[in-house]
Amino acid sequence: MYDFEYQRATSVEDATAKYGAAEDARFLAGGMTLVPVLKQRLDQPSDVVDLGDLDDMRGISEEGGAIVIKAMTTHHDVNTSDLVNNKIPALAALAGTIGDQMVRNRGTIGGSLANNDPAASYPSAVLALNATIKTNAREISADDFFTGMFDTALDEGELILAVSFPIPEESGYKHFPNPASRFPIVGSFVAKSSDGVRVAITGAGPCAFRVTEFEDALSGGFDPDAIRDIKVSDDGLNTDIHASAEYRAHLINVMTRRAMGE
Amino acid sequence: MPSIKMTVNGKEVSGEVEGRTLLVQFIRDHLGLTGTHVGCDTSQCGACTVHVNGRAVKSCSLLAAHADGADVQTIEGLADGDTLHPMQEAFRQHHALQCGFCTPGMVMSAIGIVNDNPEPSETEIREALEGNICRCTGYHNIVEAIGAAAKEMKA
Repeated sequence: MYDFEYQRATSVEDATAKYGAAEDARFLAGGMTLVPVLKQRLDQPSDVVDLGDLDDMRGISEEGGAIVIKAMTTHHDVNTSDLVNNKIPALAALAGTIGDQMVRNRGTIGGSLANNDPAASYPSAVLALNATIKTNAREISADDFFTGMFDTALDEGELILAVSFPIPEESGYKHFPNPASRFPIVGSFVAKSSDGVRVAITGAGPCAFRVTEFEDALSGGFDPDAIRDIKVSDDGLNTDIHASAEYRAHLINVMTRRAMGE
Repeated sequence: MPSIKMTVNGKEVSGEVEGRTLLVQFIRDHLGLTGTHVGCDTSQCGACTVHVNGRAVKSCSLLAAHADGADVQTIEGLADGDTLHPMQEAFRQHHALQCGFCTPGMVMSAIGIVNDNPEPSETEIREALEGNICRCTGYHNIVEAIGAAAKEMKA
């Protein structure tokens, strides 16, 4: 790992000020991606601004029909939160599938979303639940947030503070794990609310995306049979040693039906 | 160079580290506590597992400076004199190790599992051990040891 200037933020304002003053800084949340990336010399920032002391960036609350999860909340805390388990159980269950015990004790929802790994689980929940990402500058809707592989709508130095998930009537998440890494080869999050049905997929493309053919079909009746015969195009899907684009397209249908309890 | 202080196995320790110094390097190289192992160095094998503020973490994926002010427990801090921690004793009784390389991480991870779930089923133990790799045992005796230790720790 190349060396860098380590800085510890005392507040959100202090974090963004330190970031802005540095030549080429990175925010450090749980470090479950950033530290391995630095160790492999895939990145060489001048400064790392550690958010670990910002306790007011942790916590889960219910606000006006939504569950608000602050950015530095760990996967373990989402997985074991009574509030999340009561209101959006699929989201709590999803958090329990990320990495392993030790990763869930450190990794954060804000870090995962800012990183936007193509196989990250959270982006599918954010998209399907039509969440809003609150940053230190603005609010970004889920549909505008994920812009490409490891790319988001966040501006340079913009910091995620919290994610607000509207509580759905019903939701579910299932993924087909890579047998070695356990990352989703394809994961599907399905959410039904008074505004209709939203289906979001992770692992299959450069970043999470919605499947509007499924959404339209399910809006007529929330039944897995409604999508059974819909073939999703494999155009633009990922192909690697683990799965071809064609296989991923097939899994999108299967995982979505399983997310609905089939 | 960040100067850091933390509590390791109940003792106050301090040191000067580089920003890039990992917690496991601080524990092994600065403090000489070599029971915490580096296996894969890519945050997959779990041999480096320690507890930070009561939670199991992979110390090869944490900056030492990030743990400034934290309460850290390593494998060396478990036994009470000659009396092994119930998890260590269960690993001994059930022969839950062969070469022993992964064992410190397995034991620290196993205690984290039981702390979160005092009565884990065999399936739950196997799933919760996902972050720890053992290349000798086939896991069978490790899973038995953790189940036995859970009963002992509850008693």
